[in-house]
Amino acid sequence: MIEFCGIELEHPVINASGCFDVLAAREVFGEALVGRFPFSAYVSKTVTLAARAGNPPPRLWESAGGLINSIGLPNPGIDVYLEHHVGEYAKLGVPLITNVMGSSAGEFAELVGRVAEREEVAAIELNVSCPNVATGLDIGADPRGLRELLTVVRPLTRKPLIVKLTPNSADVAECAAAAEAGGADAVSLINTLRAMSLAPGGHGRPWLGGGTGGLSGPAIRAIALAQVASVAARVAVPVVGMGGVSSGADAAEMLEVGARLVAVGSESFRDPDAGSRITAELAANFAENAA
Amino acid sequence: MTTPFGRRVGAVLSRRVVGRYVVLGIGDPGVVVEPGQFYMLAAVTGWGGGAGERPYLPRAISVLHARNGEVGFLLEDVGPGTQRLCELGLGEEVYLVGPLGNGFTPPLAGREAILVGGGVGIPPLAMFQERWGGQALLGFRTAQHAQAASVFADPEIATDDGFAGHHGHVTDLLDDFLEHGEDVAVFACGPPAMLKAVQSRAARHRIPAQLALEAPMACGYGACFGCVVETVDGYKRVCVDGPVFDAAVLV
Repeated sequence: MIEFCGIELEHPVINASGCFDVLAAREVFGEALVGRFPFSAYVSKTVTLAARAGNPPPRLWESAGGLINSIGLPNPGIDVYLEHHVGEYAKLGVPLITNVMGSSAGEFAELVGRVAEREEVAAIELNVSCPNVATGLDIGADPRGLRELLTVVRPLTRKPLIVKLTPNSADVAECAAAAEAGGADAVSLINTLRAMSLAPGGHGRPWLGGGTGGLSGPAIRAIALAQVASVAARVAVPVVGMGGVSSGADAAEMLEVGARLVAVGSESFRDPDAGSRITAELAANFAENAA
Repeated sequence: MTTPFGRRVGAVLSRRVVGRYVVLGIGDPGVVVEPGQFYMLAAVTGWGGGAGERPYLPRAISVLHARNGEVGFLLEDVGPGTQRLCELGLGEEVYLVGPLGNGFTPPLAGREAILVGGGVGIPPLAMFQERWGGQALLGFRTAQHAQAASVFADPEIATDDGFAGHHGHVTDLLDDFLEHGEDVAVFACGPPAMLKAVQSRAARHRIPAQLALEAPMACGYGACFGCVVETVDGYKRVCVDGPVFDAAVLV
């Protein structure tokens, strides 16, 4: 068992937000998915106050050792999420972490306040990889804004607050320290790296409907490892490490540099049961080192 | 019938070259596949490290046939993923996730099924014909590509180069049918321009049409939201809401 912000988890492997849709996966794979759920906690896709349709296609581009996505956070909005999704996620039998995103401290406060009322939710993850409508700065890239955001939302709930840090900042450890100072119980990183691809023969025209997107997969793992190491060395709160993890060996490296938990993202696209495989490989890795 | 959870490994049991395509038979016993469904395929070895350090993601490939514990796929080398799949030899292993997607809804009794296929989009229609019958109208770039029509019973063919069948578009053949036919239903799979042409004819003649779409996918099981298509009800995922859509709902 692993302790994370007061939550007991079976093992250290969880999913990265937005990389595993339990409702769709259960339609496809049936109850077998629930019987052997690959992760020790379920992190839901980002939910916002209002419903979002997401970005116009094309939304994907396969790049060297990974992919660029421009999905645009499609979600049904907080009302539908609370009414229909939370109850379904609770049936998984693992703790539920709800990921929320607002474009201002006020929006975050409303989201956190409403999610906090639900006992099915074990923790709340704040997706701060979005521009603040007031300042135009990415909230998560601005240590001062991050601390102000935490000051607003921290008093609204006793549930653990996890800040999902963006890698698109000048100093990610400084941002992590600001989140901790504001009262965050944990930080998670990295989110995708801003990236773009061009339409073939398009003379500089972007391929993705959203213009730019986020790069994920093995291509970013070395960058993620460095950022997780620098954050873990800086803050005392637990760190969730992610970015290109596709094997138990990759997961072990995240733990070695100080992560408490490891999240799996893109690898689940290639292998729906990647979480279980990585967990088993990680356990074998520990057993080998202990012997 | 739900899809087995997780990623399996199957070996290449058969391989033959048909014109410009490769037909691979991969061992996957015990699964039930509906016409129009697809698999996510990736070679176990040599997946990645090719040109531009690709492929990374598995490839969504529709099923050509499923019998005797073997699932068949028609492949055309159009990029690093399909190139690797096309070069696989007997006994080489493939990661399998599937069968995925909704598949076609069978035609109502009394309606003749017209199957309109283009190029590498013909496999779901071959499986459809085997299950439920129907007249196949197939379009190809060249006579060499048109050799793939051999997987159908009594197809009519159109080619861009005119060296096999009708010299022109497959929709010319469809127009001939629609002029005379009344109680028909169209089932189509092929390039986007062909599907658009089929969609507009179906609307004009007020006949039902089901279109099997292709889209680049990361996962194939609804996780990534990368493969959406615009419908009258907003964006829908091709992998879990399709790949077969009623032509009337597509924008």
